[in-house]
Amino acid sequence: MQNRRTVLKSALGLGLTVRGLNVLHAQEDDPRRVRPREGDRFVFAFGPRQGETIRVDDVPMVSEQVISYAMDPASGAVRDGSRLNQVLLLRFDPDSLAPETRAASVDGVVAYSGICPHTGCDIEDWSEETEFLVCSCHDSEFDPRDGAEVISGPAPRRLPSLPLRAEGDGVLVAAGGFSATIRFEREF
Amino acid sequence: MVDRQAVLRWTVALPMFGAAVVPAIGQERAYRAVTQERLLAPEPENWLMYRRTYDGWGYSPLDGIDTSNVASLAPVWTFSTSINEGHQAPPIVNDGTIFITTPGSRVLALDARTGELLWRFVPELPEDLQQMHPTNRGVALWGDRVYVATVDARLFALDARTGRVVWETAVENYARGYYMTLAPLAVEGKVLVGVSGGEWGIRGFIAAYDADSGDELWKTYTIPGPGEPGHDTWPGDTWLTGGVSVWVTGTYDPDLRLTYWGTGNGGPWMGDARPGDNLYSTSVLALDVDTGAIRAHHQYHWNDSWDWDEVDPPMLIDVERGGSTRKALVHPGRNAYIWVLERSADSIGFLDATKFVYQDVFTSIDPETGRPEYDPAKTPGTGERAVFCPSWSGAKNWPPAAYHPGTKLLYIPANENTCSHLEGVEEEYRPGRTFMGMEGGFVSREGADHYGELQAWNLDTREKVWTVEFERKLWGPVLTTAGGLVFVGGTSDRYFRAFDAATGELLWRQRTNSGVTGVPTSFEVDGVQYIAVQSGWGVDAQRGTNHLDGAIGTRTYVPQGGVLWVFALPD
Repeated sequence: MQNRRTVLKSALGLGLTVRGLNVLHAQEDDPRRVRPREGDRFVFAFGPRQGETIRVDDVPMVSEQVISYAMDPASGAVRDGSRLNQVLLLRFDPDSLAPETRAASVDGVVAYSGICPHTGCDIEDWSEETEFLVCSCHDSEFDPRDGAEVISGPAPRRLPSLPLRAEGDGVLVAAGGFSATIRFEREF
Repeated sequence: MVDRQAVLRWTVALPMFGAAVVPAIGQERAYRAVTQERLLAPEPENWLMYRRTYDGWGYSPLDGIDTSNVASLAPVWTFSTSINEGHQAPPIVNDGTIFITTPGSRVLALDARTGELLWRFVPELPEDLQQMHPTNRGVALWGDRVYVATVDARLFALDARTGRVVWETAVENYARGYYMTLAPLAVEGKVLVGVSGGEWGIRGFIAAYDADSGDELWKTYTIPGPGEPGHDTWPGDTWLTGGVSVWVTGTYDPDLRLTYWGTGNGGPWMGDARPGDNLYSTSVLALDVDTGAIRAHHQYHWNDSWDWDEVDPPMLIDVERGGSTRKALVHPGRNAYIWVLERSADSIGFLDATKFVYQDVFTSIDPETGRPEYDPAKTPGTGERAVFCPSWSGAKNWPPAAYHPGTKLLYIPANENTCSHLEGVEEEYRPGRTFMGMEGGFVSREGADHYGELQAWNLDTREKVWTVEFERKLWGPVLTTAGGLVFVGGTSDRYFRAFDAATGELLWRQRTNSGVTGVPTSFEVDGVQYIAVQSGWGVDAQRGTNHLDGAIGTRTYVPQGGVLWVFALPD
């Protein structure tokens, strides 16, 4: 990794534009940094099954979110090159889902961005009491049955969702990209 | 070196890349270099560091604004920072130039008389940065430079006249949970910082950088490594991820050449996840300013399970004990005790501890060592829920207390009647992710009729002289002045207030745009005394308000957005 002081020195000299453009090119070219796309599979981000493909039945009913990354089925590249690519998978009784949420789900499995739109923290927590997703930084709560609507806390908007479908053996597949850009209040 | 026009051109062309510097229009102002002599004995009109003086008092010797005229104090000018979240930094002033910081680790330089913006420094923050504490607590001044520690764990030296970057250095890796919110401490040609990230499994440290070159001079971990004294207070590999953050600028004793720093709790939160005393968590460390060597320490409480960071450094105050004057370290703790310790070149001795709000965890405090014992029923653990008081936000959080050498009183922004429940859950460490291992919430103590308290304590008699109660919690840093005044904001009703330092009588208040969690300061330009403070609610003040709302069934709205307020008496 390039030393930050070196970066700065070059930026003060000639390289300011180059530095920024390099970042953009890296994001566009590196499949690991690309946001989930239509056709992607999902793999476990952590734990003993890290890297394994996720099927519908791997997502427990009414339980803590499974944290995943999308995987490009053509190249096998896991899109874990950016923290912002995290996808949360949860499963509920389909009849308990709001109509739009149900339309984007498969067998009750729903998918959302794992990045809080407040200050960009990972959505790590789950409330067994309320069955809401909870940001561990500032306690914003999101209802996964209703499009991850903000229930409480400082988050300014809901979590972007990701439409799902399943293939023959229950393998979860992205039916599209995130419903909105992954962004948060980095500059407030 | 690139010239100013070139920087401006790049900034205009590509505002999203690099650090944007907006230079002032017109001539560069004169700027008086900040020397060690000036930091040791700052002119009455200036406020050159976080608490103005190395002893951490938060006291201004200016007395133009006093108890007889403060009622007519009025805003002179304001400046909107255009940023949300917690504005906690003091207006730091050198000969009429104000430096403030905002969330996003931005620095603004303004003309103290007119409010004219002189320059603005906006560091580029990483795309994937997480901010649990979106705030910054101010700059340090040394020579003709301004130093800021950033939320992505970098340290910048800026030209005080222009805001241009002189050097920057990566203090640690933000992607592994390291960040900084404190104002650096400038001392003896060094710039000292400490790192936050205790909720992310970091290993805390304090480091010193050469003020001229940015080279690291020393680095002292707050968790001892293998072979170092205290390492055996951490089982297995827990020392590698044990937290012990440094949140707030240290104090300094120039006679001893020792700098004192408060430390945070161990991580994850439950003590049974890391059995042992966990040195040097929830402690004060005395570091040799030249080498960083730990000369002494005192641990306020061992093996914390309550999130009672002891983040404030102790204040350096002389106290009377048994007819003799003792050179003390005074720390009103998050654990609800005023700790009075004695400092010397190679030791920190325990004098006494006095409870200042209700606390039900400690069953005793050893009169010789100050070591507390705990009620097991009030100590949460993995799979073991406990309800305890004060809450995990503590009896007093980061907002600094202040000391007035005239009244000889210590003014504590305290919270009473708040309690928490916590239960530990097993959690595996994953780099760059939260590592707290707990579930919990807040409860109000039965019969509570208020929460915030501004308390005034006589440190010689160990008696509370007066208390002002606030309906809701108090998150206000305190300023005292030679005019016999105490200034504090910190309430969700958005007021900034002045009290009589001797009696606690409310003498003045101003409703502001948002809640005031900024550190107030006072300074003088052209013979006019000013009071300045940032109003901008967010971070823990906002979170604490939400928690209290949840506990008592209220719903409180405090608008966000930072504004620097500058007050003076009418002509």
